[in-house]
Amino acid sequence: MTALAERLDQIKAEGRAALIGYLPVGYPTVEGSVRAMQTMIEAGVDIVEVGLPYSDPVLDGPTIQHAAERALAGGSRVSDVFTAVKGCVDAGAPAVVMSYWNPILQYGVERFADDLVAAGGSGAILPDITPDADVTWLPTARERDLDTVFLVALTTTAERMALTCTAGSGFVYAAALMGVTGERSSMGGGVQDLVARAREAGAPRVCVGLGVTTGEHAAQVAEYADGVIVGSALVRCLTDHPDDLEAGLEALRAKTTELARGVRGEL
Amino acid sequence: MTASLQSAPGPFFGEFGGRFLPEALMAALDELTDAYEKAKADPSFGGELDRLARDYTGRPSIVTEVPRFAAHAGGARVFLKREDLNHTGSHKINNVLGQALLTKRLGKTRVIAETGAGQHGVATATAAALMDLDCVIYMGEEDTERQALNVARMRLLGAEVVPVKSGSRTLRDAINETFRDWVANVETTNYMFGTAAGPHPFPAMVRDFQRVIGVEAREQMLALGGLPDAVLACVGGGSNAIGSFDAFLDDEGVRLIGCEAAGDGVETGRHAATITGGTKGVLHGSRSYILQDQDGQTVASHSISAGLDYPGVGPQHSWLADIGRAEYWPVTDADAMDAFRLLSRTEGILPAIESSHALAGAIRLGRELGPDATLLVTLSGRGDKDVEQAARWFDMLPGEDA
Ligand SMILES: Cc1ncc(COP(=O)(O)O)c(C=O)c1O
Repeated sequence: MTALAERLDQIKAEGRAALIGYLPVGYPTVEGSVRAMQTMIEAGVDIVEVGLPYSDPVLDGPTIQHAAERALAGGSRVSDVFTAVKGCVDAGAPAVVMSYWNPILQYGVERFADDLVAAGGSGAILPDITPDADVTWLPTARERDLDTVFLVALTTTAERMALTCTAGSGFVYAAALMGVTGERSSMGGGVQDLVARAREAGAPRVCVGLGVTTGEHAAQVAEYADGVIVGSALVRCLTDHPDDLEAGLEALRAKTTELARGVRGEL
Repeated sequence: MTASLQSAPGPFFGEFGGRFLPEALMAALDELTDAYEKAKADPSFGGELDRLARDYTGRPSIVTEVPRFAAHAGGARVFLKREDLNHTGSHKINNVLGQALLTKRLGKTRVIAETGAGQHGVATATAAALMDLDCVIYMGEEDTERQALNVARMRLLGAEVVPVKSGSRTLRDAINETFRDWVANVETTNYMFGTAAGPHPFPAMVRDFQRVIGVEAREQMLALGGLPDAVLACVGGGSNAIGSFDAFLDDEGVRLIGCEAAGDGVETGRHAATITGGTKGVLHGSRSYILQDQDGQTVASHSISAGLDYPGVGPQHSWLADIGRAEYWPVTDADAMDAFRLLSRTEGILPAIESSHALAGAIRLGRELGPDATLLVTLSGRGDKDVEQAARWFDMLPGEDA
């Protein structure tokens, strides 16, 4: 079992949902992004999703697109992701890489998996491929005891639900809405049902993301999911302070604290 | 006898193709694939498409021999397949009529599409007007500037045009943005993809809708005396080229030549010649040759022609290149523009800058093969949309005299 799965089970035993925070590597700089991830961990994020910036992020809204563009313009490389993973693990949180498929493919599937293991990472979340799209990653990950997290959506059919929930490991990522990443004013309907369907289809753990913006949203989702995933709302703390990393980290600490209280039902 | 290469069904063409996209779109892609398979087997669908091709598009498009142009191409006989004469001015209409009919069959009321030069956007807006569908077109901001006339055309046809400001602000980002819209609105909305690339079923389906180009041209050439020695077409995503090639794939004596946009020259790095200068990877839902850096980040493409300015290419072309059945030649901006001027002045036909890349390929091949050769060139579109850009290239705008 990976550190990721262990941590999720341990948090479940505490009777709450986990808080999973996403930030892209290299934004505003590689070093700045690692500090930001460590700040989130100090403020109550349980697990870090380390984002690998990609030139064509079809599943991301404007906030994460912008951060990825800045990171790439600043010279962020695929290998920086391992620096960030190590930084998170050293700070006491399991880390998973969130990456579109082509950068992993070009880095080399086995090489990526080896370097991820060496950095202490738990696995990868693959938003733009499905278990039936590519046959190279899954066996490579399994051999190395890395988790592979696939997404399910409100439109996922029963047949595909079964395929996806049994192919991956660690957890299944239930997309709370039909759309791209970004902040929303409320959580859409139908997510709770989606989580139930994923569990019935064999998902060991189900975490919910897309659109989670406030502590209140986190509290709502925490009632039925094993984990609450937050991305854009955290990234925006940094984009709101483009020339002042310290102020950005302060905002990030405050947002994380709010979300961490949400998953603990302390609001 | 070897198996026919025609009408390859996908999802894979050798190692290329497939479906690499978020799970949220899988149900829609399955539904589209299923609807297309049923439509293919239903004579009423084919009948309706044929009727529209005849009564709306104006098919069959003619074949024109161009001897004064050919005198500059080594004296070879050169024939043009005149997709420029179609309603809306390019081959793009062949594809959108098929996809719009399918949208109706799916019971969806809204269509979205990406566009580069604006030709696919105009064609989509046209089909949407004809079939009473809501229509939103995503176009890179840079392209809305260099193809302003087509933006106005789409708006006049009732479509909403959204300038895309992210990334390189060209076709690639327009495709990303169209996928984002689709994920959010998949229940009511069908994505009418503009070229024979993207996830399954688009490469095979768009090819099938464009196949009429080669089917007609092959019959027309036989009636004119025999099969050509080569078929040439420009390659952006590759839809007019694969539509031109498919019917000739099993004619071993016919060379198939795709002309890619080499921009300032492949060696300069400023080009869009994906097969000549790219490497294997995954972009926009399929595995193919793409322009990318070592980290798998897509590299911006460059071409004078907005319609060819794309860092990817349809997977069937990558496969045809790898098995050696088709050749892909780089054609620079300068060579394409020379061919543009030559056809205009010798034959009174203003070609699209995209299609001018194929004409430049024909000049090169004609000079290589000489007067015994017969070449068929697909003139994928007319040059009206390019008048301002071409006039600027040749310093012909008033007040710009040197
Ligand atoms: C006239 C014309 N030819 C060719 C193309 C390139 O597309 P494809 O390679 O799919 O034929 C375009 C695209 O906009 C076009 O407008």
